[in-house]
Order: sequence, then structure tokens, then C-alpha cells
Amino acid sequence: MFAPFMVNAWVVASIVAVVAGVVGFFTLLRGNSFAAHAIPNGSFAGAAGATLVGVNPLIGLGVFSTGSAAAIGWLSRRGRRDVATALMLTFMLGLGSLFLSVAPYAGLVYSLLFGEVLGISSNQVIPTLALAALCLLAAGAMYRPLLLSTVLPDAGRARGVSTTLMEFLFLGLLALATTMTVPVVGTLLIFSLTIGPPAAARAFADRPPRAILLSVILALVTVWIAIAAAYWTNYPIGFFVGSISAFSYVVGRLWTSRDLRLAARHW
Amino acid sequence: MTGSAAVFAPGFFSSGPVHTALALGGVVAIVCGTVGVFTVIRGQAFAGEALSDIGAAGGSASFLAGVAPIWGFLAASLGAAAAMEMIGVQRARGRDLATGIVLGGSLGLAALFLYLDSTLQTGTGTTVTVLFGSLFTLNSSLIPAVVTLSLIAAGLVCVLQRPLMLSSLNPDLAAVRGIPVRWLGVAYLAALAVAVALAALTIGAILGTALVVGPAATALRLTRRPGLAMLAAAGLGLLAVCLGVVLAYDSYLWPPRGHGWPVSFFVVTLVFLFYLFFGSSGPKRIRQREQGSR
Amino acid sequence: MSPTRPEPVTAAAPTPTPVLSVRDLDIRLGGRQVLSDVSFEIGAGQFTGLIGANGAGKTTLMRVILGLQSPTRGTVRLSGTGQDSPAPKRSVGYVPQKFLLDPDIPLRARDLVALGLDGHRIGLPLPSRSRRERVDQMLSAVGAEGFADKRVGRLSGGEQQRVLIAHALVSQPRLLLLDEPLANLDIGSVREIVALISGLARQQQVAVLISAHEVNPLLAVMDQVVYIAAGRAASGPTDQVIRSEVLSRLYGQHVDVLHVHGRVLVVAGSGDSEPPGEDITVTHTHGTP
Repeated sequence: MFAPFMVNAWVVASIVAVVAGVVGFFTLLRGNSFAAHAIPNGSFAGAAGATLVGVNPLIGLGVFSTGSAAAIGWLSRRGRRDVATALMLTFMLGLGSLFLSVAPYAGLVYSLLFGEVLGISSNQVIPTLALAALCLLAAGAMYRPLLLSTVLPDAGRARGVSTTLMEFLFLGLLALATTMTVPVVGTLLIFSLTIGPPAAARAFADRPPRAILLSVILALVTVWIAIAAAYWTNYPIGFFVGSISAFSYVVGRLWTSRDLRLAARHW
Repeated sequence: MTGSAAVFAPGFFSSGPVHTALALGGVVAIVCGTVGVFTVIRGQAFAGEALSDIGAAGGSASFLAGVAPIWGFLAASLGAAAAMEMIGVQRARGRDLATGIVLGGSLGLAALFLYLDSTLQTGTGTTVTVLFGSLFTLNSSLIPAVVTLSLIAAGLVCVLQRPLMLSSLNPDLAAVRGIPVRWLGVAYLAALAVAVALAALTIGAILGTALVVGPAATALRLTRRPGLAMLAAAGLGLLAVCLGVVLAYDSYLWPPRGHGWPVSFFVVTLVFLFYLFFGSSGPKRIRQREQGSR
Repeated sequence: MSPTRPEPVTAAAPTPTPVLSVRDLDIRLGGRQVLSDVSFEIGAGQFTGLIGANGAGKTTLMRVILGLQSPTRGTVRLSGTGQDSPAPKRSVGYVPQKFLLDPDIPLRARDLVALGLDGHRIGLPLPSRSRRERVDQMLSAVGAEGFADKRVGRLSGGEQQRVLIAHALVSQPRLLLLDEPLANLDIGSVREIVALISGLARQQQVAVLISAHEVNPLLAVMDQVVYIAAGRAASGPTDQVIRSEVLSRLYGQHVDVLHVHGRVLVVAGSGDSEPPGEDITVTHTHGTP
């Protein structure tokens, strides 16, 4: 399991987990689960198109992630965003399916959708690491204003923190995170990794630093178990990621309701 | 070359798969549009999406079980609808999150089933079939089942449209008037599950929501009356599917030759275009209405 | 005529440059003229009540003062600046009317108050003793030590209110705006919060603008009032503004102001043939007061 050819998988997946844990914390805080689900769908077309044209998929992912993020931000400012963005994203998925149907590479659909961690090559490690560093730096920089703007948007604006700017910066962060995590986990399941661990973490941590740390730890554990399980059973990693995320979410919810029940008895 | 041959590639009207595609796709489009109107009114597009993705797990499982995908889709989405009803979809808080988690779990399951299927069969196209649909490869023996299911789902919604409308807009008022709000919700959810399953069958599990929500949302931008909206939605959906079939058939002649572009791509794109086209008049009217009433 | 409040403590002598100066403000929203010709000033440590019915435009006025919306005419000036726009945003504290705090949010009351100090700064916060002390100080000033380490989303309405006040005041702003903080509180909490805010305001010499639809809870502590009705405003010392003749003029119809045991009742007139503008005082009632 720790053979040389697996090292890449472990390394890249761990990097991805760290980013997912951090970005997921903010996503959950902002209640932006929708965007976390939607941006990867948009990037699907980008990756497919890039493969068709013969360009590095990461570029396609990056461009389309950013584009989707911008569109979501723009559309949500104009009000009713649900239907418009949902349609836009199914269109992107359809576009991706078009590209893939024309491209000669048959197995690409599956790996784009569900991830292909075992097929990570060593020349992907450096770009992933670089993007991850960028992501974490950005998250660290916007940490406080993003917290303030999310929890108390109006009070934040009174103090000079623009909600619009924060929204776009956050969506940009999400796009960046999507770009580097999709190759490992796939567009359909990156959402699970971004939402499950933070959701569980917030049940056990009552302050941001702890919640982020716990979220990262849970994401790492999720990914490690998933890789090991995928290695032993040959089942797709996405299956394990999805299931473990769901499981940790349920555990978190149960703990929270226990917490609330105990607190109620206190009063 | 006559005009019709320019639009319809040769052999269109005599092709068996085309007939089946038109029949199945058309019926499904009508059902989805009809049911979709209330999905949009109730703001439950997310529920449709969840049912659809859970349907993906069901559809992929059915390949393993050797059963026709339609039953897999149907069983999964009806089961999910029942679960949703029991858990209580109405609670807004945490709803997005819970939905997302369930989606993730069921897509993970779908991943597993599709993988297992690929090891057991030689066909590699199952993933594409389940997730993106394959209208042209559906067997015409499905038509009776599809038509029956569609009649039930669409019929349910049509018959119940007035109480459904009231209970969607103002559940308390509806309850006071003696309308069984809970049961209506259940009936509606069941109809949605059926519509979603049929959409998954025709244009794929992850694209299906477009057919349910798109034409309906477009129709609702044109009219506020549910009866008219259902007609408009059904019509728009039908148009999108038929045009989609035509274009997909024609695309065999487009580059790359002999391959053809996916039908679901065309349908989804058309739905999106219709929404943009008709929707561009929407916001302004709504804005004007708001300003006028102040 | 019984006094509407105890012998007026001299309102803080108007400082030469008022902290907030609003002049000739016209505000439109959604094609409708919400307010016209609003003018008033608030000095350091002065407690001003913004009184008006729901929908009268209190929140809109506050948003304009905060710079979240532009007026169609007139100026809003914060002391220290020569321009027409509100000053460096960090000198204004704001407690909004509606805030949705998810019970699951992993943020303690203490963390929220800390964000009031440095929430606008880029980068990760380095642990700092002075910051922690300042936060502790503020938390005890609002009486929140007991629940400082609980999640904000799980506090009661009154407790959240205190935390938000602490959050707004911890950076020692020059102006504090509170949008209907008393709306959903029970009577006991109302009194506590009003006393708390006015005490802190005088201590820190903050100019306070607090909006409410009921004037009575604020009567004892207000230095002046801005009363808005029918799209216009009347401002000045409380006993000069809350009078039948002033309010009748404002509303454009007959309005009676009754003083009952130190409280004020503003009542629409019953007919058109009544003599305008005489305040009515009730000095005794049957039964328990």
C-alpha cells in the first residue's frame, strides 16, 4: 500500500484533504453548500474540453471553475439564483458530456466524475502543492473579514468590510480549491469532502481555530481510510469518501442534538 | 435538396429509434413540465436534484441486478421521497446541508455500482447511460410503462392543482380550509419522484433536473396561473425534446462524422436557452410590479 | 402638568462639532419618497431616540447614515471629516435589527466580540494579551461573562443583544447605531438593555442613535428625539417634540399626546372638529397604576 507508485496518491490526497477541510469550514459557515456543489459541476466541462483540445485538464478546470464562480456570484446578486444557476450548471454538465463523447478517451467520464486518485502521476504533485499553498494563504488572509462579513454582514459593512467583495473572494477561493481537488475526488464527490468533515467538526468545536483544525483532521482521516479501502477492495475511492462523509455528518448531528438536549435541561 | 431534407437528415422519419425517442421523450417532457411547475412554486428544486442523484444510485444498481434501469430509477427516487417525507423536508435550516450529504452518499454508491458493473460486463458505457442518458437506445417496449407512469404523475398534479397551489403558497390558510396539507405534500413528492425517475431515464440522472425545473421556471416567468403554466411548461419541454432529437440525429453528419452529439446535451442546452430567452423579460416585470405596489 | 420625566439632567452640553450631523436629507427607496428634509445633530455622549412606526423609515435612515445607501439630497457628516460621506467606517458601531445566528456556528460570544476589534484586518490573528483583556472588559461591561464561552447561535435573544452591543462598542467607536434593539425583548430586559446602553454611552462618550417604535422605554435616558412620521421628521429635546401640536403638524392630522404617570401616549384624534394641539395630562386613575 505504501509502494512507490502509491506515494503520489497519499501525498496529493492529503494535500487535497487539507484544502477541503479549510475551505469547507468557510463554505459551511456561509451556508454556501450550493456553490460548493455547483462550481465543480461547472468545472467538469472545463476539464472535458481541455482534454479534448489536448491541454492540461487543470487549466480547463481552473478557467471553468472561476467562470462558474463568477456567474454564481453575479446571478445571486440579481436575486433568484436557484433556477438560473441550476440550469447553467446542467448546461455545463451537458457540455462536458458532449466534449467527452467526442473525445476518444473512454474512461475519462468516470474519472472526472468520481476521481482517480490511484492514477495520480508524480508531475501533478508540484502543481497541486502550489495551488494548495495559494489557497491556504488566501484563506488565511481573508480569515477575519470573511468571518465578520458572514456572521454579521451589516455590522461588518458598517466597519468597512464589503459583503460583495467578500462573496467574490470566497467564491474565488472555492474555485481555486475545486481546481486542485477535482482530479483526486472527482466533480461529483468533491462536495462530500468539502462539507462532511466540517459539518462533523462543528459539532465538537465551538471556536473557529479548533473547528478548522478538526475539519482538516477529519478530512485527512476520511481520505486516508478511503485510499486504503480503495487499494484493498479496488472499489472506487469516491464511494468511500461519500460514505465516510455521510457517516461523519450523521455522527456530528447526533452529538449536536445531544448537546442541545443537555443544554435545554440546564435552563 | 428539398427544404425538409436540409433540416431533417435523411432517414429521420423512418428511423425506429427516432420514433421511440420522440414518443418517450415527448411524454416524459410533458410530465416533467407539469410536475415541475409546482416544484418551482414550492421552491423545492433542491429536492428534485436530490431525488435525481439518488436515482443515479438506483439506476446503476439496476444494471447489476439485471433489471431495466427504469425500475431502478423509480425505486430509488420513490424510496428517497418517502425518506424525505419522514425526515421532514420542510425544515429549512440545515436542509441544504442534509441534502448535500445525502447526495454525496448516494453518488458514492452510484460510483460503486458503476464500477462493479464495469467489472462484470464488458460495456463501458453504463456510466454515461445512467448519468447522461441515452434516449436513442431505449427500447420501445418501455413505452406502455412510461405512458402509464406519466399519466399517473401528471394526472395527480392536474387534478390536485388548486388545493396544491393554495397549500404551496399558504399552508396555514390551506389547513384552515380543511385541505390535508401533509397528504398533498406526500402526493406531490411521489409525483415528483416519478417525474424525476423518468427524466433520469431519458436524459440522465444528473441532467434530469433541467427537464423538470427548466421549462417550468420559464413558464412561470410568462404566467402566474398554474393551469396555464403547466401547459406552457409541458409545451416548452416537448419542444426542447423534439428539437433535441432532431438535432442529435442530424449531428451524425456533423464533425466528427458518424459519431453524433448526445441528445441530452441538446435538450439541456435548449431548455437553458428557452429560460434565458423568455426569462429576460421576467425580472423587469417583477421589478416593475414591486415598484408599482409601493 | 406633571413632568414627562424627572427634572432634566442637562443634556450633555452640545459639543462644538457634533459627532453626527444630518442635514436636509431626502431619501427615496424603490421609487417612493421615504423621508424628506431630515436634519439633526448628535454630540458625544448624547443619547438620541429615533422614534417612528414600523415602515416609517427608521432602518432606511440608519442605512443612509451608515453609508449603505445614498440619499437623493442632503448630507451626512461624521465629525473629523470635511466630506459629504460618512467618515472612516471604523468609527461607527452598528447593532442591526435582524441577525440570523445559526445555532451550529462554531463561534463563541467571546469570538464575536473579538471580531469587533479586529474583524476588518487581513491575515491570521496573533494571540494578544491586550486584545483579550479588552474583550474581557467589554464582556463584563455588558454582563456577558456568564455566557461568553457559549456559541452565539445558542444564546437567548437578550443575551445575543448584549453580545452584539459589546461587539459594536469594543472598538470604541464615536457613533453607535442600534436598529430596534428593544423590539423582541420582554419588559424586564428592555429596562436592563436601555440602562446598559446609556451607561456605556456616557462612559465612553459615544454618540448614540437608537431606533424604536415606542418612545416610553427611552424617555428616561433620551437627551433628544428624532420623531419620524408621514415621511418627515421633527427633532429636538423630547418635551419639545413629543407634543400634540408638533406631532399633529407632522402627521398632517389631529394627534393627541397624553401624559400618564410619567409615560407618554400618542393617540390619533377621533374627529375633525377638535381643537388642535393641547397636551392632555392624566394625574390620577382609578385602580392600580
